[in-house]
Order: sequence, then structure tokens, then C-alpha cells
Amino acid sequence: MSDIAWIDAALTAARPKAVGALLRYFRDLDIAEEAFQEACLRALRTWPDKGPPRDPAAWLIFVGRNSGVDQIRKRGRLQALPDEETISDREDAEADIAERLDASNYRDDILRLLFICCHPDLPATQQIALALRIVSGLSVSEIARAFLVSEAAMEQRITRAKAKVARAGVAFETPDVNARAERLATVSTMVYLVFNEGYSQADPAREAAAFADEAIRLGRLLLGLFPGEPEIMGLLALMLLHASRRAARLDTAGQIVLLEEQNRALWDRSQIDEALVLIEKAIRHGHAGSYQLQAAIAALHARAATAAETDWPQIELLYRMLEHLQPSPVVTLNRAVAMSKSQGPEVALDLVETLSDALDGYFYFHGLRGNLLMQVGRKAEARIAFDRAIALARSPAEAAHIRRQLDCLKQDGLPAT
Amino acid sequence: MLYAILCYAHEETVFAWSKEEEAAVMEKLQAVQAPLAASGKLGPVGRLMPTTAATTVRKGKTEPLVIDGPFAETKEALLGFYVVDFETLDEAVAFSRELSAVNPGSSSYEIRPFYVFRPGETRS
Repeated sequence: MSDIAWIDAALTAARPKAVGALLRYFRDLDIAEEAFQEACLRALRTWPDKGPPRDPAAWLIFVGRNSGVDQIRKRGRLQALPDEETISDREDAEADIAERLDASNYRDDILRLLFICCHPDLPATQQIALALRIVSGLSVSEIARAFLVSEAAMEQRITRAKAKVARAGVAFETPDVNARAERLATVSTMVYLVFNEGYSQADPAREAAAFADEAIRLGRLLLGLFPGEPEIMGLLALMLLHASRRAARLDTAGQIVLLEEQNRALWDRSQIDEALVLIEKAIRHGHAGSYQLQAAIAALHARAATAAETDWPQIELLYRMLEHLQPSPVVTLNRAVAMSKSQGPEVALDLVETLSDALDGYFYFHGLRGNLLMQVGRKAEARIAFDRAIALARSPAEAAHIRRQLDCLKQDGLPAT
Repeated sequence: MLYAILCYAHEETVFAWSKEEEAAVMEKLQAVQAPLAASGKLGPVGRLMPTTAATTVRKGKTEPLVIDGPFAETKEALLGFYVVDFETLDEAVAFSRELSAVNPGSSSYEIRPFYVFRPGETRS
């Protein structure tokens, strides 16, 4: 790794802390971002010669703060500051002073920075774009490529989103316990959105696929700030478990490989092991939450050496708990999958039929219903369900998966209509 | 004498590496270890999971407390260790220098000689 690559990684790592602290100083996102940029440029100039500072984030905050103050002064908004406030980035000792002032604030600074991206008036995709720009520091062009829009369009979107955030005004005082918990829950949802935006990409070469890694990094960051929060452990574990299957999810033709047909040797053991540890830690707290339950379900798949060894009764139980905690037809649909494995297709089909109103526009509903109908031998109905699923498929891979099942139906001798 | 070579690093930076950057560093570290391994002097080597995976049991007033997270909140975290059989401290320093040279994420290698060592029986 070259010097520049190392510095780049250090700047990326320090970004949430530094921009978060600068936002607290300046209470203006644009000034905070500009100040951080300025500090990064200075780092690129001085770090290769002098070596990296002991604490890159503290250094960047110190330098960024001085640069931001300078900017404001130039714009005439502030009186000139006394001489001792002038910029000096020569000594780590100065950064150390800044660090002592900032360390106690890092947690709320970073949380605030993530939280402002979650403005309820912003649609999910804009929240994601804003977080990737502000917190992760991705360039507008990278984000634009990921969302398949022009750079100009994405620039405009982000600018508008920022303006909305600025108008909304963010509470800068230290949040109380309840406000902090609310912020954390909102931010967790957004981080999971970022993950899914990346993970749902059928093409792993697409820019957006990297969002999944970015979300995992944000999850680690959050858990580092809130080390005793079992739901953050659950969230990180859940993302790691999904990501662990990345290499096995698609075949060479880019088609989705079902979980039970995946080559488990391709699953990333180090990600699975980390997730299993996190779930064990979370369970010790005795406060089940939806991320923890979803992670526990994913963990049961990860623990099974073969698909046949999957503990379906336990998975069904966990979906039952999830249904109780967070009732949703999609969760019930997933419980039906577990039921079909542990108790057979008939009972599962009964459960699925109760969801026909709620999930009529849902690809997976018709896909599962078709599959269960096929298993119980109601082939004509299965065909109709599969046709409906294909019409609702959002990707060629999803449609292809259903077509393969349709082919099975045809091979079983059902006359083509 | 047996030495533990403890690698400390800025954790957030190391976990911001891309897979390719990570693989490149690991390959270079392997190359540094290879001669020691070949001469039968290299013991167990461990790369630690992030500190978010850590749990600490700390003495409480009555019962020990189980705390989520690492022993100490520090800028640099213990991220890995080597157990090596060296004749002299100089050899241990030379090895640590080599590791340091190829690992841009590391900030320090702490050299700690052993009193007691049990090879252990784990199989995984």
C-alpha cells in the first residue's frame, strides 16, 4: 500500500468524527465540510513527510477548525481572533488538547451527523445518498453512478437534501437518554437501508455493491460508540451474515442461487464468526429486538453445514417472536417458508393464503405460493401464481428463478396453455 | 526465549481498508513470517476481531462485571499477536521492524517475553 493509499484510508476512517465535531463547532454543514476538505488537503501535503499524527481525527479537527474560523473571518462574519488562535499544525501536542476537548463529544457528534441525514421528509434514497456523501465521504460522481443517474442530477439532489436539512435545524445540545435512543434507532434504520441498497444489487461489479461494505463500516462505528447496545450488535451481525454469502449468491451467469442451493464453502467464515460472537453478546442482554431476531435467524442458516441440517423449527419460532414484536405480512410470509420446511407445504399454504390481500403486489408472495401449490400438486394454480410472480419480478435474476420452476412444472407433463 | 509480539494499530483505519488493500498487506506479512515458520521458530499467530466483538470481565465490588467492548478505550487497539522463539531481543526487534515496514496500519509492535507458555490443544 502506498503512502497515499494509507493516508486515504486514515482520512476516510477519521471523517465521521472530524466532520461531526466540525459541525458542532460551526453549526453549518457546508462550512464543516469545507473545513474538513481543507484539513485533508493539508494532511496530504504534510503527512507523507512528517508521518501520520498519533490521532488523525484529532489532528483533522484541530486543523479544520482553524481553517473554518479563517474562512468565516474572511467572509467578515467574525472579528479577527487573537494571535494565539492562529493555525499551527506542527505539533501533535496541540491536537492532543483538541482531542481531550472532543473525545467526550465524539459519540453525540457522529450520531448527530448520521441523524441529520435521516430527515423524515427525505425519501429513503436521498437519505442514503446524503449519508454516503456527508458521513462516508463518497464523491457525488460515485454516488451518481451507483444510482444510475447523471452527476448533475445527483449533485442537485444532494444540494436540495442539504438545504432541507439545514432549514430543519438540528438540536446541537447534548441529547438526553430518550432522544439519544430515538436517534440511534432512526440511524440504525438508515444504515440498514444503505446496506440493502448495496446488497440488493444483482451485479456485484456495480458501484452500489460497495455500499454494503460501507454500511458494515458504519455499523462497526456505531457499535464502537454504543458498545452495550444489543440492537446495534444485532444490526451489525445481520449485515455481516448477509454479506458473508455474497460470493455464493449468484451463479456465473449472474442468476440468484437460492440459499439452500448455495455452495456453503464460498461463505465468508470470518464474517460469520464475527456475527456469531456479536449475537451471543447481544443475547446476554436479554432484550430481544428485531435486528437481533433477524440476525439469529440468519445465524441458524450460517451454522448449518448443509441445507438439510437447517434448524427450521427454531427458525419458525424466531419468526414467531419477530411477528409478535413487529407484526408484518412479510414476516409471516417468511414464517410460512420455515413452516413448509418443518411441517410440510399444506400448513404453510394455509398460512400463505391468509396474506393474499396484503401481499398481492409482492413478488415473493406469488413465488412462494406457486412453489407450495406445485409441491401439493395443484399445478394449474401454481402456473398462474408463477406467471404473476414473473410479472412482478424486479430483476432478470428473479424472473429467471421463477421460470426455472415453471420449467419443472412443464417437465412434469402439465399441458402448455 | 519465547516472545509475544503484539501488534497495535489504529483500528478504524485498518477496518477502512478495501479487501484488495487488506489482501496485499496480509501477503507481505506472510512473507515476513515465512522464514521463521520454515525454521520452526514461529508459534501461534492471531489476528483479532474488531474491539466491537470484545467482552471484558472486570472486577466489581462484589461480583465481576461483564462489560461489552475492549479492556480500555484507546486510540490504538491490540489487533494481533505472534508467538516466536528468538535467541535474542535483537532478533525480536529485527522481526518487529520487518513487520512494521510492510504494515502501514500498525502503529506499534510491543515485544513481551514469556514466563510460561502452554502450546494448547485447540483444533479449530
